[in-house]
Amino acid sequence: MGLQRQEVEKVAKLSRITLAPGEAEQLADQLSRVLDYIGKLNELKTDDVAPLSHALAVANVFRDDEPRESLPVETVLANAPSRTAAGFKVPRVLEGDED
Amino acid sequence: MTDRTVKMIVGLEVHVQLKTRTKLFCGCQTSFGDEPNSHCCPVCLGLPGVLPVMNREAYRLSVMAALALHCTVAPHTKWDRKHYYYPDLPKNYQISQYDLPLGSDGYLEIETEAGRKKIRILRAHLEEDAGKLLHAEHGDYSEVDLNRTGTPLLEIVSQPDLATVEEVRAYCMSLRQIVTYLGVSEANMQMGHMRFEPNINLHITENGEKHATPIVELKNLNSFRAVERGVAYEERRQLAEWDETHSRMKAGTKTTRGFNDSTGETFVQREKEEANDYRYFPEPDLVVVEPKPEWIDELQRGLPELPLEKKNRFVTAYGLSEYDAGVLTATIEMARYFERVAELSAAPKPAANWVTQGLTREINTRGLSIESAADFPVTAERLAELVKAVEQGTISKTIGDTVLSEMIDGKNSAAEIIAAKGLAQVSDTAALERMVDEALAANPGPVADYRAGKKQALGRLMGAIMKASGGKANPKVVSGILEQKLHQ
Repeated sequence: MGLQRQEVEKVAKLSRITLAPGEAEQLADQLSRVLDYIGKLNELKTDDVAPLSHALAVANVFRDDEPRESLPVETVLANAPSRTAAGFKVPRVLEGDED
Repeated sequence: MTDRTVKMIVGLEVHVQLKTRTKLFCGCQTSFGDEPNSHCCPVCLGLPGVLPVMNREAYRLSVMAALALHCTVAPHTKWDRKHYYYPDLPKNYQISQYDLPLGSDGYLEIETEAGRKKIRILRAHLEEDAGKLLHAEHGDYSEVDLNRTGTPLLEIVSQPDLATVEEVRAYCMSLRQIVTYLGVSEANMQMGHMRFEPNINLHITENGEKHATPIVELKNLNSFRAVERGVAYEERRQLAEWDETHSRMKAGTKTTRGFNDSTGETFVQREKEEANDYRYFPEPDLVVVEPKPEWIDELQRGLPELPLEKKNRFVTAYGLSEYDAGVLTATIEMARYFERVAELSAAPKPAANWVTQGLTREINTRGLSIESAADFPVTAERLAELVKAVEQGTISKTIGDTVLSEMIDGKNSAAEIIAAKGLAQVSDTAALERMVDEALAANPGPVADYRAGKKQALGRLMGAIMKASGGKANPKVVSGILEQKLHQ
């Protein structure tokens, strides 16, 4: 597949992962091999096969619009590394760098 | 510079919060203004090992909206993960729909001064909302409230068919009208039930050459007014920028800007296109949805009469003006109220006048609204009684206004007020003849004028009689007697 270092860096950036020096090259090589392996699937003739978006042959699984009890606020916040009285506390996010 | 035409091109993405009791993928209640993080569970918190399960009602409401927007409902649809990192998105991806939206290729008809115009709808898809960030006034942190996380949203994307601020406004309002008519959303603007994201650029033709300015997407506008002001500002700003830089649109790029409500200006949020790389892939935790054609047909047949259809019917069936029909169909509550009054009074046109004029005036001065039926004092039944009293000549239109005012402030019916205050119109000929005689005696001037051929003097005599009767004299009977006596 030949994944380039720049592509690895782009994916790393989108995933908020910081790479150590040299890691980008190493990952480019490893990921290229993974892609090559999966790329074998491209050898199959699939012109007459409809795309499949899910491995299970099941459709239309729904739940009724019935409320169920939510967790107590204390439980919700139990795993928070940092919290306020009722909220998760995170580093200040400025308007402007939203999604 | 001599020969230039500028055309604005706007497409709109609108998020509509659906009226469900629970979130899209879990049983937590949808809520507003409750204690932060009090409507959360492992699913909407994005904890490991949980499975989302689709809310049937959210899907049904979405399909209803798609049908009302004349969309094709996909026989096979799926959900996808849209990845981005932001503290209000606990899973680090949003479950949305990418390449197989549940509805596509529809249209919405809007009314403008130039007539009706069809705005094409590209797609409508169902996705989950994110949480809310609260920025501490002091201190260097933000607080995250995940109550809104997972709330079902229908995203409706139009084609770039809107050309003016007025059209944008008409589209937004019409969309709100439709979703409230359908009952798929409360569309409460204060609660952020509708959020608008216009995509705007200009097509400029200068000396026979065509240019397009770079596309700007305005994020998260949550009122009609913000949309109007934001789009109008962009139209001016892009033209000024064109004059200065002659910067042109590049394929596949767009700048994201925010709108500052207090300055009325837009500001750059993001320019890099790579940030738009959401690495979509099919959501493995949800199975596909394949609605049965019979079910879709059933929903289609069950769609209520939509605003424009209703307006047309009010014009043709009741003989109302386009304007009145528009006012009376502005909200479903208003339309229902009017139709009930029209039916009960058997006098649709006068009923329309009472609702759009007297009633509207009275409730506006009191800060009431027909839409909040719970504290609205004049039921359709009560107003219909008043309309009938006026139509049957029991009271005059002017007295009717007084009665209406009393009805709003008290609990009595029109008949009770009329009886208690002795407001019934006097049609008794003997009594009216006496009044006319007195008026003639008291106003020799106008009498002489009339007899000398000044016919307009009749109005002054009529006025004097109506005043003397406290507005209760039946004007038709009075004018008959008056003319008869003047010609004696």
